[in-house]
Amino acid sequence: MRRFLKHPRAGILTAAAGLILMGIGIYRGEMSVVMAKAINICLECIGIG
Amino acid sequence: MDKRKHTNEWKRHRVQALWAFLTNSYLAGFVQGKIYRGKLKNLCVPGLNCYSCPGALGACPIGAMQAVIGNWNFKFAFYVAGFLMFVGALCGRFICGWLCPFGLVQDLLHKIPFPKKIGTFRGDKALRKLKYVILVVFVILMPLFVVDILGQGAPFFCKLICPAGTLEGGLPLVLLNQSMRGAIGWLYAWKNVLLLVTVVLSVIIYRPFCKYICPLGAVYSVFNPISVFRYRVDKEKCTGCGVCKKICQMQVDPVENANHLECIRCGACKKACPVDAIRRF
Repeated sequence: MRRFLKHPRAGILTAAAGLILMGIGIYRGEMSVVMAKAINICLECIGIG
Repeated sequence: MDKRKHTNEWKRHRVQALWAFLTNSYLAGFVQGKIYRGKLKNLCVPGLNCYSCPGALGACPIGAMQAVIGNWNFKFAFYVAGFLMFVGALCGRFICGWLCPFGLVQDLLHKIPFPKKIGTFRGDKALRKLKYVILVVFVILMPLFVVDILGQGAPFFCKLICPAGTLEGGLPLVLLNQSMRGAIGWLYAWKNVLLLVTVVLSVIIYRPFCKYICPLGAVYSVFNPISVFRYRVDKEKCTGCGVCKKICQMQVDPVENANHLECIRCGACKKACPVDAIRRF
């Protein structure tokens, strides 16, 4: 593990893994939850809800 | 040396300001007191940027993560976790230093003169771990387990802590909407107190929110040692003069660890090094 972390390609491989996770999330339909939250005023975020 | 440092700082601030403008350029929102509702809101922005800011074009990754984790249907946010992993693995905390609007606010506040600026203090190192606790407790565990009868969790970090939401969303929306002004209560007051404390502390301490509170910085910090964009110190060139350590406002010693968890890649050490020993990987 330590050797992997020191490898110059560790960042690229991790970024690729991130893209795969994003793909899984999009496939599961998580983007619609993000969208629904982001297009409506988040009352909790602004301190009202 | 000071001149070199300042040149780099203002170059960085210009990039920060440009990015903040680009990601918050729905200007009609500031006039009408509404928020952008277009398709770009599907996408997360890399920095801490409240999606209830009237100008925001994208989604805040921390808010989005809590929304998905707190949703009864999902409970794990692959999309947002993947996004953070992707951005973190490429850039690490470069995002904090260059692309976070709330980082820019703190940077500018720290330029306000104050008789005694505080660099570090007793307990500083331990307090830096607080952001990891906040990430785990308020962003992950509470939205996951503290749920209503429908199984929905609230965005507890946004609700109880985030001063960026108050500054970018709360203040403009409440000022622009009479109906919202009528709905404010103790929570709004609490969040404004937190914002005020953050503002005052930012004048005295460099980026206190980033150092001690920000869960997004906590996530990106984990990727700092492996990110594609990172620093290395040429040990043959380094004279051990200590200028880099002295100039770092995040109290990192680049010679000891050029990719420390707290390094926000502002580049001050790189510019200050008299022998150009600090380089990009």
